[in-house]
This record gives sequence, C-alpha cells and structure tokens, in this order.
Amino acid sequence: MSMQQYCTFTVDGTLFGVDVHEIQEVIRYQEMTRVPLSASVVSGLINLRGQIVTAIDMRTRLSMPPRAEGQKPMNVVLRTEDGAVSLLVDEIGDVIQVDETSFEEAPPTLESGSRDLLKGVYKLERQLLLVLDSRKALPENNH
Amino acid sequence: MAEMDETIKEFLVESYENLDRIDSEFIQLEERPGDRELLASIFRTIHTIKGTCGFLGMQKLESVAHVGENLLSKLRDGKLTMDETISEALLGMVDAVREMLGHIEQEGSEGNGDYSALIAALTALNEGHRSTVAVKPQAASAPREDSEAARKESHVSDSNIRVDVQLLDKLMNLVGELVLARNQLLQHSGEDQDPMIAATTQRLDLVTTELQEGVMKTRMQPIGGIWSKFPRVVRDLAKLTQKEVALEMTGEHTELDRTIIEAIKDPLTHVIRNCVDHGIELPADRQSAGKPRQGTIRLCAYHEGGQVIIEIIDDGRGVHPEKVKAKALERGLITADQAARMSERELVNLIFLPGFSTAAAVSNLSGRGVGMDVVKTNVEKIGGTVDVQSTVGKGTTLKLKIPLTLAIIPGLIITTSGDRYAIPQVSLLELLRLEAEEAATKIESVRGVPVYRLRGRLLPLVHLGTELGTERGGIPKDKPASIVVLQAEGRPFGLVVDEINDAEEIVVKPLSKQLKNLEVYAGATIMGDGHVALILDVLGLAQHSRVLTEMKETHGAGARADDKSEAGDRSSLLLCRIGEGGRMAIPLSSVARLEEFTADKLEHAGGRETVQYRGRIMPLVRLSDAFGEAGSPGDGPVQVVVYGQGEHTLGVVVEQILDILEEHVALQKGVGRSGTLGAAILQGKVTELLDLESIAREYLPVGAGV
Repeated sequence: MSMQQYCTFTVDGTLFGVDVHEIQEVIRYQEMTRVPLSASVVSGLINLRGQIVTAIDMRTRLSMPPRAEGQKPMNVVLRTEDGAVSLLVDEIGDVIQVDETSFEEAPPTLESGSRDLLKGVYKLERQLLLVLDSRKALPENNH
Repeated sequence: MAEMDETIKEFLVESYENLDRIDSEFIQLEERPGDRELLASIFRTIHTIKGTCGFLGMQKLESVAHVGENLLSKLRDGKLTMDETISEALLGMVDAVREMLGHIEQEGSEGNGDYSALIAALTALNEGHRSTVAVKPQAASAPREDSEAARKESHVSDSNIRVDVQLLDKLMNLVGELVLARNQLLQHSGEDQDPMIAATTQRLDLVTTELQEGVMKTRMQPIGGIWSKFPRVVRDLAKLTQKEVALEMTGEHTELDRTIIEAIKDPLTHVIRNCVDHGIELPADRQSAGKPRQGTIRLCAYHEGGQVIIEIIDDGRGVHPEKVKAKALERGLITADQAARMSERELVNLIFLPGFSTAAAVSNLSGRGVGMDVVKTNVEKIGGTVDVQSTVGKGTTLKLKIPLTLAIIPGLIITTSGDRYAIPQVSLLELLRLEAEEAATKIESVRGVPVYRLRGRLLPLVHLGTELGTERGGIPKDKPASIVVLQAEGRPFGLVVDEINDAEEIVVKPLSKQLKNLEVYAGATIMGDGHVALILDVLGLAQHSRVLTEMKETHGAGARADDKSEAGDRSSLLLCRIGEGGRMAIPLSSVARLEEFTADKLEHAGGRETVQYRGRIMPLVRLSDAFGEAGSPGDGPVQVVVYGQGEHTLGVVVEQILDILEEHVALQKGVGRSGTLGAAILQGKVTELLDLESIAREYLPVGAGV
C-alpha cells in the first residue's frame, strides 16, 4: 500500500498538509521587508541565507481572520520552479504518514475560494488533514 | 603573449588541439593504411589550418600546409596509396606546422626555418616521383629532437579551458553572496576593537573586491562576437538598396558582461540597418554632394569611466531637424508650440519617440515594425543611454553608453516610511536637501502636483511614501526634505524621501514571480545588516507616478497630442497674478524659464528696467504697467517669466505665479485687451490669455524677432 508523507501545519485552527517533497525547510519567524503596492497576500521578503524569498500569508490567502497581535507566524519554505517561496502559517505540526485509502476530494460545499487550493482531504483518526495544492496556493501575480 | 591578438590565440589553441588529434590519427593510419575516413579527417584539419593561415597572412605556414593538403587530397581520393615514405613526409609536415606554431606563439612570427626541402619532397610525392624523395625530409628531423620546444608549444592550449556558462553564473551568484557577507562584516567590524579582526576584515574586503572583479571578468565577452555578423548585414542591405557601404570596426575586443551583450545585440543590429537604409545616400547622390561614392559606417567600442561606449558613425545625409520636426508634427507627436521651442539637437532626438520612422518607404530589411524607440527602450532597460548627434549632409553619430555588468551595481540607499530602498546610481543626477523652513516655502504646488524650482526650472516632485502607499498626505510641510534628483528617459524629477543614507555596491537579485509585475521595483538586495531592501526601478517609478507623461506634456519632447480631435485644444497654461488682483494666463509653450530676481538685481538702462541674465542684458516688462493694473513695486523679489532664447530674451514681470493648468481652453477672442489673445474661463474665473509674442514685438528692439 502506498504511503505518502505530509508536512503539517495549522492556520486558524485548521490542519493543513503539504507533500514533504515539495518542502525545502521549515524555519521560525523571520524579519520581513514589506513590499508596498504588492498584493495583500504577500507579507514581505525574507533573507534566507542570501536568497531572497517571498513570504505569502496563508491566513490572507485562505481568507481567514488575521493572526492575533504578537502571534508570530512560522515559515514553511516551498521549493518551486521559480525559486523558494515561503508560506506563513500559525504553527508547525508533525510530518505524518497517511493511508491513501483515507483520501477524499474536498467537499463541494466548501467555499470555492479555498476549495481551489486543496487537493483533497485525508480523514485522520482524530481530525481532517486538508492537503494544499502548493502551486495553486501561490498567487500567480499580484493582481 | 599578453597582447597577442585574440584571433591568433584562438587559432593556436584550435590548431594544437587538431594537431594532437592528427598525431593519433596518423598512428591509426599506419595500421589501416587505406582508411578513407581517417584520411578525410586529417585532410580537413590541414585544410582548416591552411585556410586560417592564409587569412592571418602567415605565408610560410600556408605554403607548407598547402602542399600537405594537396598530397592528402590525392590519398583521400585514392589516387595515391599510403606508404611509409608518404607517411614520413606527412609527419614531417605536421612537425613543421607545429614548429611554426611554436614560433608564432613565442615570437609572433613564423620563424626562420627553411622548409623548401620539405615542400619539394611533398610536391614530388604528390606528382608521383617516388625516386626523388628517397631522402628523409630534412626539416622533419629538427623539431623532433627539440622535445623541449614541443613541451612549451602547448602553452597556449594549457592556459585555456572551456567552462560551462551555468557554472560561471553560479560563481557570480556566490561572489554576490560573499560581497553581501563582506558588507555585513564591514558594518560590524567598526564596533569591534580587536585589531586582529579589523586587519582580517580589511584583508577579506580587498580579496573580495578582487575576486568580484576576477569573476566578473570571466563572464566578459568581446563585443566583436556580435559584430561579426554585421559585415554581412551591411553587405546584404547595401545590395538591396543599391548603395555602396563600407563597414569599419574598431575596438571589437572591448569586453562586456554576457547578459549585456545579449541585450544589445538586437538594438545594435537595428541601428546598423538604419544607417544603411536611411543614413547612407545612393552613390549618385553622394557623388553630386562631393562625397565618395562609397559610404562608410564606423563602429567603435571603448571603455570610458566604468562604462562601455559604443559609437555608430555614418557619413551619410544626416538627420534633418526640420524634416524630423515636420514628421513629428504630422504624426501628432509634438505640438507646433513645442516644436518651435526645441533646439536642433532636441529635434534630432525626436527620432527616439515611439511611432516615429523617417523612411518614406519602409524597406523589408530595416522596417519590421521596430523603431528607434525600441532601441532606446532596450538600451535603457539595461541602464544604458542613447544619444544622437547629426550634421546635415555630413553624417550621424549615435552614442550608446552601456554599463559593464548588471549583477553588482552601485546604488544609493535611502529611507522612507521606515523602510530602506536602493536606487541604481546610473539614474542619479544630484541630491538636494531642504531645511524645514525652505521646504515649506520652496516646494510649490501646481494643481496639487508638487514642484521645486531647481535653477529656474520646475522640477516635478514625487513623494516616495505617497507613491508606494506607505504614507498619506503628501510631502510633509514641517520637516526638512531630502530630494533625490533622478532622470528617466532623459527627464529629471525629484524623489522626496525621508532620509538619504549611503552609497553602496548592491547585488541585484530578481524578485519572485508573485512580485515581478510591480513596475516600481527592479529587484531586491540584501543589506549589510542582513535585511532585504527593494531596489527601485526609476523608469517604472516615473511611469507609475505619471511624471513621465506629465513632463512630456509640459516639456514637449515626448508629447503625443492625444485625442486631439475629441478633446479639443488642451494646453498648458501658466496662471499668474498681475497687479493687485488681475489674473493672466500665459501659454506654457512660449515660456522659456521661470526666474526670481531680488530687487537689488534690477537695473535701469535706457529708461527701462533690465536685469543681467546669463551674461546678457534682459529687458523687463512689468505686466501690471503694461496693462495698467495697480502694481506693487515693493522691495521683495520679482517673479520673471522669461520669453525667447539666446540673445533676445524678454523678462515678463508678474506679481505671483499662481498655478500651472492643463485645460481645454475655450478662448473667446475680442474679449481681452490688446496684448492678449482673448479671454477664457479658467478655474471659474475670467482670465485673459497673454499674447507674449505681441508683447515681445512691442518691447524688444526691432528686428530681434524670436
């Protein structure tokens, strides 16, 4: 039986996962340089050992309420064809193995905006794991 | 060695490689004497060497290779069969070639060796006279013993290796990182008192700089690489247009970063095509103009002040300013008023406007829908500039200034709304600082657009904080202002920032896909403290803040008389107050400059008020007097609108400059007084339009028409 590993994190209490192969690294909060005039999902630019990485706020991306004051987001750095891009999330969870049989498409009743970003849902024992389609999670451009 | 011609160096490297292969091929040939493929390969190599020698003017080498080639061709075609004598003679030839190459490398000449015996032997073999060549060719023995020379001869080929361009790019990136780390260390080493660390840091600094230069050099390529196809381009186009054109090139060894070479390839080709197509006249026309039938295009490249200058000079008909003007007017690119005020040079530079093409008939080679504006845009994209100078009947010179590299550039660091930004220094003109008091009075507003009078000219200001949306309320009135004067497309504008920090070498890093279409940024860089700073794109910023279009409208050079038909007459007007409460509008197109003179500068000559202006005497006319308004002759400075140029200028004194308007003017003639063009309703008030020309006629000496 094929097993797949997901790096998990939470955004506003919801558990999300991204295929571990797509992840370059997970790092704690980094200071950012804001980019005026950019789309609201772009939180800023991070210096990742000399590499300039754009940080995308997942709360904004998923139309969720903003983080509480003082709550510092974590960086899930994705490897993409266009270089590294960071997803700002609330908390990092474990890397978990899931059973392919527990997979299901995202329910059609889900708000269409966030449904497009999901590959599907794994029914874990205690909760649901929403699998992000990392390509779609990154906005193509700022407009 | 150092000055050895690049072509010869390449020839040597290539020939050595080929000769090494030939050696092993000969050995294989001894095992398989009849192998045509081997023979053909040897033949090709010798043929190449012979051809290149002829080209480089090495006659001796050529003659030896030539007889060898003849013999080889017979062997290849099966007209002769390989045997030991022939093999021996051919190896003798290869050694002779090798020896001469060695001489070329070390002394720059083919040496004094006498190869007539070898040549005779090869010729004899070629003609089938076996008997005469019983003797082993003499020349062959000499170099073989000279094994030391044989060692040395591989000198050039050993000093060259081929490197993957990607590896070079990676190295360049790493050096960029190192430069950043160095900058970071330099910033912190100041705090550290340890002399050991200070010394080490200094050394690291020096080594990094040298390494940066070294790696940059590896990415350099001679510009000749892209020039090499120009002779053909010129020849083909000259044929097609029935012209006679010679192309001269100097400085083809001038080196540029490979990314830049790529970027200027197309613009240069276009310029060359233009020269042949539009610049050079037909042979008959040239002759009747007293010029040689054959036109000449000269391409020169050289280094100057950390930049590369490329000049394209033709001795053709030149660009005729009047024709350019007529064309620009016809296409509606400028208005008649603007055209009248432009200098010849400005007129000639109109050829860079989008939508401009001087060729009456676009030929299929130079046309292709690309104009000189594309050349300009492409060159400016890589931080270069283009300028054209032309003398009618004598020719045109196009000058391109190109930066050496794009990866690491000098930048100016500024702060606004608490964030740091870098500005590429190529676009920087000057820095200004106004104290709070000055800022409050000297920064004026033209219908909400802030301007500053910089040496009499209105410099439009752009408040960076407002432009980026990080601040509201425009330029703060109560704080000192730092103005970075920049130019975009040759038009200056002032960028108002909170603080000007420092000049620094910055490593340009591209922005990710999500941010690429933000026109105001050219990239990002990492500062000494490890923080990311955005690099402003001056051209993008000017466009974003509409400084460019605005200036095009007021200054003319780039103006498109847009939507003329439906919008009616839209003109720029200078709104002034004359006397106590009179309002007068002056068409901006007839205003040369705005000046301010203190009262003590005013002098009386010939019963008139004058002022010394640019080494000449400029008569003044007080509009309040001219129109009988109650004036205010106080001791304060006077505001002067300068009309005309050069010798014949007239200063029109107004009480106050109120505003600059851009409006549809519904002029009603016959309403205003004499000396006016009429009146119109501007900003809800009836305002007369000053007829500067009639004022000038009245007040300037007779015959001094402007």
